[in-house]
Amino acid sequence: MNPSSAFQLSDVSKVYTNGTVALKNLDLTVNEGQFVSLLGPSGCGKSTVLRMVAGLGKMSAGTIYWGGSSQRRLAYVFQEAALMPWATVQENVRLPLKLAGMSKAAADTAVAEAIALVELTGFEHSYPRELSGGMKMRVSIARALVTKPEVLLMDEPFGALDEMTRSRLNSDLLHLWQQKQWTVVFVTHNIYEAVYLSNRVVVMAARPGRVVADVAIAAPYPRTEEFRTTPLFNDYCREISGCLANASGQLLLRSDAEAKAGDVINQVA
Amino acid sequence: MTNRFSDLANSANLEKSIAPSRTWQQRWLRPLLSPDVLAPGAVGLLLLLFWEMGVRVTNMPPYLLPGPLLVFQTLVSEWGTLFPSMLITLKITLVAFIAAVVSGLLISILFTQSKWIERSLFPYAVILQTTPIVAIAPLIILWVRQAVPGESSTFVSLVICAWLVAFFPILSNTTLGLNSADHNLINLFQLYHASRWQTLRYLRLPSAMPYFLGGLRISGGLALIGAVVAEFVAGTGGTSSGIAYQILMSSFNLQIPRMFAALLMTTALGVAIFVALTVFSDLMLRNWHESAVKREN
Ligand SMILES: Nc1ncnc2c1ncn2[C@@H]1O[C@H](COP(=O)(O)OP(=O)(O)OP(=O)(O)O)[C@@H](O)[C@H]1O
Ligand SMILES: [Mg+2]
Repeated sequence: MNPSSAFQLSDVSKVYTNGTVALKNLDLTVNEGQFVSLLGPSGCGKSTVLRMVAGLGKMSAGTIYWGGSSQRRLAYVFQEAALMPWATVQENVRLPLKLAGMSKAAADTAVAEAIALVELTGFEHSYPRELSGGMKMRVSIARALVTKPEVLLMDEPFGALDEMTRSRLNSDLLHLWQQKQWTVVFVTHNIYEAVYLSNRVVVMAARPGRVVADVAIAAPYPRTEEFRTTPLFNDYCREISGCLANASGQLLLRSDAEAKAGDVINQVA
Repeated sequence: MTNRFSDLANSANLEKSIAPSRTWQQRWLRPLLSPDVLAPGAVGLLLLLFWEMGVRVTNMPPYLLPGPLLVFQTLVSEWGTLFPSMLITLKITLVAFIAAVVSGLLISILFTQSKWIERSLFPYAVILQTTPIVAIAPLIILWVRQAVPGESSTFVSLVICAWLVAFFPILSNTTLGLNSADHNLINLFQLYHASRWQTLRYLRLPSAMPYFLGGLRISGGLALIGAVVAEFVAGTGGTSSGIAYQILMSSFNLQIPRMFAALLMTTALGVAIFVALTVFSDLMLRNWHESAVKREN
């Protein structure tokens, strides 16, 4: 495999135990330092791709190769905030370090840094129930960043946020990514967000989950807010929107056929 | 990056300092005057009033149904014999309860370590639970007398009976709790290569806490019931006899007011155990669990 690739999914399939074919013969190579967005209709297997990369649950077929960075240096921001309700913000963020056996004193600076990064300083001793949905998500992001990961998997991290906060965190994330040279796989439903952030947008279609388009976004970094108003940005958005409409269209047609065949089970998802 | 949230955080701190700290009156008096206490209290008083009036109007003989006043007087006059008996029952209950908590907790942890252990053993826990304690108490007393001769024999057999009754709610609740940790958090622990022990200590046990505490409240009352039932069966005489023995003897001797007084004591003990465990549970969960948190919506 290419020496500069961070990891490579090769011919990966995933069938859940209830028979749902979430992924079929999927190939995806992500290079070191790349910012890749996964875009696709709901239920097309975006979260499943991240789970396979993270090694959560077995693949039904296929392999994953790891290049320079290792699976050990990986962080995952789940689609739900997944905080421990019995622990404060600080304790939640410290968890990965605690599990690695780091002492409280040694972890403290890293924890404070991560909390400051998502701008939750002052809320260290709050419990999750005292936070808004967006704040919980930011705690979850801080928890992922506290280990200084090399590969960052993010599953719709900004889905629960308002447009203002979302675009601010977008530019903060870009800023950090340039600084820290992470490899990022970023799942989103938002085309503008995907184009604004990524080197590369991968569009998926559902049932079975597969890649239908792979668009390189050839715009230089740093990208400012002005980038969002350029014709180039609009062109990319239109192109990807077309791919997505195709993918969803195929989904609809397929569902029709399936419904006729009387196969209702797969549709529920 | 600048801290755009610092002013927000400051205003939160400000609010905290403006809010007055609670005085002891607010802490203790207000709960006592709350509808949760006043409403059932009023109903209870009314019932007692009707009871007393009914007994007086119908001239009911005290050996059939004593009035509440007479019961109360008897309680005071018989305090010297009843209270030590209650302490004995309380001791049996507490020892059985602690044994139930420790064993229930340990066995439920064992169950979550292997599905096979749970599959093989859980049915037997159910069988233990569904066997009527009155039916097997004589057997237990007989066996324990063989194994532990002498003074402490009765005490041990009574503790075993009460433990049998109290143990199951803790086991089944805690097992359920240990298995209901959030799957995203389980994934997270897996991702960071947490050891079995870490997952248990930092994830499964805290997740199980509300379930465990629920089991605790049920089994506290059951331990008392188990102790009383076993005492009835054992029917021990002599100095070290519990409150059930007093109830039994009073009814044999037709000292019905005394019997009521002993009954009242037993009930009060049960309520006290329940209240203590409820307060304990609220203290443990007050920071995070919906059952103990006052939400402002
Ligand atoms: N644990 C599971 N058991 C069975 N089927 C599952 C499971 N998780 C996901 N699926 C199925 O796999 C398919 C892909 O799910 P996945 O969560 O990866 O979708 P997604 O693209 O992340 O969707 P969304 O954008 O709504 O989050 C869906 O059809 C879903 O029903
Ligand atoms: Mg998803």
